[in-house]
Amino acid sequence: MEKITSVGVVETQYFTCNEEIKLECGDTLKPVTVAYETYGKLNQAKDNAILILHALSGNAHAAGYHNEEDKKPGWWEDMIGPGKAFDTDKYCLICSNFLGGCSGTTGPSSINPKTNRPYASDFPVITIEDMVKIQVKLVDHLGIDKLLSVAGGSMGGMQALEWAISYPYKIKSCIVIASTSRLSAQGIAFNEVGRKAITADPFWNNGHYYNEDKKPDKGLALARMVAHITYLSEESMHQKFGRRLQDKVNLDFSFDIDFQVESYLRHQGKSFVGRFDANSYLYITKAMDYFDLVEKHGSLCNAFNKVLAKFLIISYTTDWLFPPVQSKEIVRALMNMDKEVTYCDIDSPFGHDAFLLEAERQTKIIKSFLKDIS
Amino acid sequence: MNEHYKKSQGLHLNYAVISDFIAEGSKVLDLGCGSGDLLYLLKEKKNAQGRGVEIDNDNVIQCIEKGLSVFQGDIDEGLKEYQDQSYDYVILNQTLQCTHKPDYVIQEMLRVGKKIVISFPNFAYWKVRNDLFFGGRMPKSKILPFEWYNTPNIHLVTIKDFREFCEKREITILKEVLTTRAEVKTSIFHKLFANLLTEEVIFVISNKVQCL
Repeated sequence: MEKITSVGVVETQYFTCNEEIKLECGDTLKPVTVAYETYGKLNQAKDNAILILHALSGNAHAAGYHNEEDKKPGWWEDMIGPGKAFDTDKYCLICSNFLGGCSGTTGPSSINPKTNRPYASDFPVITIEDMVKIQVKLVDHLGIDKLLSVAGGSMGGMQALEWAISYPYKIKSCIVIASTSRLSAQGIAFNEVGRKAITADPFWNNGHYYNEDKKPDKGLALARMVAHITYLSEESMHQKFGRRLQDKVNLDFSFDIDFQVESYLRHQGKSFVGRFDANSYLYITKAMDYFDLVEKHGSLCNAFNKVLAKFLIISYTTDWLFPPVQSKEIVRALMNMDKEVTYCDIDSPFGHDAFLLEAERQTKIIKSFLKDIS
Repeated sequence: MNEHYKKSQGLHLNYAVISDFIAEGSKVLDLGCGSGDLLYLLKEKKNAQGRGVEIDNDNVIQCIEKGLSVFQGDIDEGLKEYQDQSYDYVILNQTLQCTHKPDYVIQEMLRVGKKIVISFPNFAYWKVRNDLFFGGRMPKSKILPFEWYNTPNIHLVTIKDFREFCEKREITILKEVLTTRAEVKTSIFHKLFANLLTEEVIFVISNKVQCL
């Protein structure tokens, strides 16, 4: 019999928080609906839950399939399941779509109860702190006092750090992969190009395009193409595409697609448009840009002053968007504050995307780390 | 007592010696901590607040499995992640001779730690001399098992060399434990001919004059 390694068919669930949520910008939101999925069983003591935090373009569907015919599993299928890093035989995994998203949780495409129309650009500017605030409501709703761990890569890692700092009594451990305590100028720059691509699209219409036939698809696709380059490395692009031509032997001497890498990026842009909302992209990248633990707390050491969790920080050698040196800054501050922290710098050619691709090595590290948390 | 502890207990004489140096509840940084056996021992036996630095991926994973906090990095790049005088002890066990810049590593250790524990195989041990003198070949032994072309031991050193280094750099030697064939040697005779008779040595050094 084949060994079962997937959680199988799963269903997205919804929780609506009817409390008024006060946001960092000063505005309030009510109600907030949260889309989430769970994998594995919550034990009676409710102390085996791990919250998985997704990155920019992720969603609540982290593992398994939505129906029998579904060909594409959740975004972290390699890491979540029976016997995997996040072992569903042992732990109960929770993953929710974050605030401002477009995959079930309240965001700019949701209906504003005051106008009965989509929020669009009336949606308040949200932050990582706000996202975590909503996640806390969900975890409370599920009756969990303390999470065994929170874990996330990239922007998910920012949320994990926010959990550790703002809710120290609510988590036992914190796994931060390919992330940072503040996005670099380079990171902000790329996000701005992405936003500009969207807002420069004539169909963006100041965000009010939900009831129109044409949407800012071209702008969103372009934003994704630019961003996708930052997720790869020079080495991985060379390996994957080199200078190989796409379905042709000779150059075209035109502006059509010549190279495989062009075709790949266009495909990435096109398929992204089908599953993502342009306004969400604007809000989420802004939240990422605003995240700055040093600015907020005076210093990283101050930020980590009250944390209680045991930390695991992982970086990837060829990640230039969230480079290892930024992970080391976090580790240094934690060590200086005498907190328990383990740091692994994994040698991988895959750039920032490694956190989604290097399942095998990541699994060994995370499994060992979680074994000691109880 | 769990399996890690039992395993590490009988492993090395220098683990036991080093463990004796370390005061209860100390903050300890182990450089090149390998699979974390010494750190684990110190944590269990001395209630030490132990941290490790290790470059090898598999070793790091073994450390994590033991519940240790470990930093994956290269000690030759220095200890810039660590604050001045932030550890009671910084340990470099059987690793000095593998470093590219031993003087820099020692200088960094003295910056970060109040006391430094360094152990290394003594290259002036009579058997080593014997190998070279009579055999005419690069010495090989249990402690130095490699061939000349694949050895990580690139900065081999003798007790005399190390003492001289400490004197030149105004480093205080607080303690010197001589071991040969897995036994601590304390006789006056042995101490008199320490450089000739000692297979492995463990130094405790410090920047300031301190009593252990």
